[in-house]
Amino acid sequence: MPAINPSSVPPSVAGVDRNLDMSAHAAAIEARGLDFYYGDHQVLFDVSLTVPERSVTALIGPSGCGKSTFLRTLNRMNDLIEGSVCRGEILVEGQNIMDPAVDVVLLRKHVGMVFQKSTPFPKSIFDNVAYGPRVSGERNRSVLADLVESCLKKAALWDEVKDRLTKPAMALSGGQQQRLCIARTLATNPRIILMDEPASALDPASTDRIENLIGELCANYTIVIVTHNMQQASRVSHQTAFFYKGVLVETGPTLKIFTGPSEKRTEDYITGRFG
Amino acid sequence: MNIPMTTSEPRYVARSVSFYSGADRSIRRRLFLSRVFAGACRFVTYGSLIVLVVLLTAIVWSSLDRLSPDFVYSTNSSDPDKAGMLAGLWGSFWLVLFTALFSVPIGVGSAVYLEEIARDSFAVRVIKTNLSNLAGVPSIVYGILGYTVFRSAAAVLKVWFDGQHAFNVMGLFRLRLIKLPIYEDNILVGALTLTLVVMPTVIAAAQEALRSVPGSIRMASLALGATRWQTIWRQVIPAALPGISTGVILSTSRAIGEAAPLIMLGALTITTMVPGNIDSPLKLITRPTQVLQAPLDQFTAMPIEIYDWSRQTDSQFTAVAASGIMVLLVVLLAINAVALIVRHYASRRLKW
Amino acid sequence: MPAVKLPKWATQSVSRRHEKLIQAALFLCAALSVLTTAAIILVLLTNAVYAPGAKTAFFERVSLWEFLTGTHWKPVDGESGRFGILPLLCGTIMVAVIASVVSVPAGLGAAIYMSEYAASREREFLKPLLEILAGIPSVVFGFFALKFITPWILKPVLGLFGVNLQIFNTLSAGIVVGIMVTPLIASLSEDVIRSVPRSLREAAYALGSTRFDVSVRIVVPAALSGILAAFLLAFSRAVGETMAVTIAGGQQAIATLNPLQGAQTMTGFMVHASTGDSSADSISRMSIYAVGIALFAITLTINIISGWILRRYREVYQ
Repeated sequence: MPAINPSSVPPSVAGVDRNLDMSAHAAAIEARGLDFYYGDHQVLFDVSLTVPERSVTALIGPSGCGKSTFLRTLNRMNDLIEGSVCRGEILVEGQNIMDPAVDVVLLRKHVGMVFQKSTPFPKSIFDNVAYGPRVSGERNRSVLADLVESCLKKAALWDEVKDRLTKPAMALSGGQQQRLCIARTLATNPRIILMDEPASALDPASTDRIENLIGELCANYTIVIVTHNMQQASRVSHQTAFFYKGVLVETGPTLKIFTGPSEKRTEDYITGRFG
Repeated sequence: MNIPMTTSEPRYVARSVSFYSGADRSIRRRLFLSRVFAGACRFVTYGSLIVLVVLLTAIVWSSLDRLSPDFVYSTNSSDPDKAGMLAGLWGSFWLVLFTALFSVPIGVGSAVYLEEIARDSFAVRVIKTNLSNLAGVPSIVYGILGYTVFRSAAAVLKVWFDGQHAFNVMGLFRLRLIKLPIYEDNILVGALTLTLVVMPTVIAAAQEALRSVPGSIRMASLALGATRWQTIWRQVIPAALPGISTGVILSTSRAIGEAAPLIMLGALTITTMVPGNIDSPLKLITRPTQVLQAPLDQFTAMPIEIYDWSRQTDSQFTAVAASGIMVLLVVLLAINAVALIVRHYASRRLKW
Repeated sequence: MPAVKLPKWATQSVSRRHEKLIQAALFLCAALSVLTTAAIILVLLTNAVYAPGAKTAFFERVSLWEFLTGTHWKPVDGESGRFGILPLLCGTIMVAVIASVVSVPAGLGAAIYMSEYAASREREFLKPLLEILAGIPSVVFGFFALKFITPWILKPVLGLFGVNLQIFNTLSAGIVVGIMVTPLIASLSEDVIRSVPRSLREAAYALGSTRFDVSVRIVVPAALSGILAAFLLAFSRAVGETMAVTIAGGQQAIATLNPLQGAQTMTGFMVHASTGDSSADSISRMSIYAVGIALFAITLTINIISGWILRRYREVYQ
């Protein structure tokens, strides 16, 4: 198998070690034998993947390969789609979240999600960040104020918005809106953050900020990111998983996937032969 | 550039062709036909504008003999110079008030259920099909229903409250009720009937508004650990509110123009009676007992009075009917304006 | 991972007992519409077909055959009553047909103009205009027909040909009902015409078609079944139209196909009869239910056919 020139892989963002030894980390998520159907149409075939704690895992693959579907099973957002069936096991911190007894509302506070299109609510910046705690029952204004401040700081947005917290969130720029959505997700105290192409609608400078933010956040959070952009995957992730036609083809430390994948299909995709 | 050419292929031959219209007779004919057709379509489209102008002109012109401030301050009369619309105005006011009170919560509730909560099930399919069929039921049929069910129920209550107004509660004490004069053909009976008439449109308007809220908002809210109802109540409904309120005001206002179901109920046609004897807005505050009385009182409504004046043989009533129509149209116009203002205001609030 | 002290709400389920209640209440709201339909059918049947208790239903006194085939409608109590619905049906169908003659070309033309010709700004002006027209109450159109169209337009015009027009006539009633349902046809047809794929139009233009060719030869045929559904819906609306025809069409139940004469429609009879003072279980009163059931059956059937056509049409283009 011809090796790929390692110099063609872009350098990683600060905080991401792409040669991560996964055995040193406990598993945050363990999917085992996951099958997923939309009606009669099967989109995931026997997917098993372990996501180490406090790391970034990138899911890559051509459109329609099932990577987004897989991501959305991790906090059961697919429950909302009528006629979808999921079989298999997903352990989040040791608990099987496919169990019907699991409270999805509680689960989603624990496993947050950031979407491709930034979706600020038509409310103020403060109300956006405070939304999660509020719907969970937090009423204390000073607690909320502290929480909003710390989350905006973690999302590297505080300095830009601290003077206009009561202004509508819709007035922020696209990149700021997306960081607001990240801050909003952090406010529910998640351990795991799922990101569905969080930077695909942003300009290069905003993308850069989001990527650096991911590098900072992974010190305390487990992040799973779906991306179309292979350079992005190689920059931000410790571990990369390649999906093709609903099958998890290969998974491994990012540097290995990008320099010496063991599967032909992975190499073809990474070198741009299809996809 | 070097284009390979095989000898068998015919060479590109210059043709004498003009791209300017009118160059060819058959094209000329087709373009003429096209233009005539466009003209005809434009004519029928703007025909509706012409009709509207003619209609309004005819009504304004006919109303000139009677329309005056005094027309809205006086009640009906057999003398065309004195006949006024006060009773109808107040009747329509109470009717639309209660129609809105009944239809808005139920209509918006149904729409929220159908758009936000219902999953595709047999019951939901039945409800949806049924709603689209109800929308096509002539309003007069609802009148029959109202006459048979609501009016009969009011008649039962009337006898009940007229006959005995003291009850023995479990043999312990006697409960005295105030004697309520209930009429069979009261405002509430009319409003309930009109509620059924406007309900399919109210539901459709609210559904439309809910559908226009982007799904991403719902996803984002759920992903933050909000429950389904929290998502509906805190995100979807506020976002849809401008649309809901405009749609609901417009569809409820249709009740003001409805005469047929009310006539079926046996609403009064010739009356000087104002519900609850409240004949000025001030009395809404100063006469609380009469306000309580009004919903159970008999009524007439603007379109009923217009109907009655239109069929009078005395041609002097033509002006009275036209004046009535003017008042009715002004009221409808005002409500439409309110709907637009509400939409404007609510969408500004939303951006905040 | 260091132990982080999480707030209580992050680890506790939100109570959702009241949400079940709210959802149940909302379901009941939606289910009320089914109850309404059931009530309409029940009320019509128990008064027209079979009445429980002491009352006698309409068809227990008058045979269905007499109702459907009788050519005289004289809804009075006692021996002289005649209950043949044909005169009312004649009036109704006449009004609806005249209305269609007016509204089908006008509505379709407007739909084609708005979807194929008008610029978007022009459409933004035209659509609310049609909505205004659709929002004008029925009584207003009745007045317009009786006090304006008949004496000021129809009478002089027909007078030129020596044709005599009655004050109450089906023609003017049909014309105003046509005006009333035109916006309905226009907006429904415009919707179906718009759902014809753009690619079809572009392909036709690319072959050198004029707008007329595209509209009449491509778009309208492609949307034909949807347009037909719109026509049917408008026809059913015209059948159920009440106040305008009551005012303009008069109160005489005569079996005639002459539009220059007045003729009572089914709806017109119902309004007329309910203003009378006959007792609740007299046959003249009960005849309202019989006519009501006929009206309900006719409009519902047309609506169902129209809905069925429209659903099939949507399946083609989605």
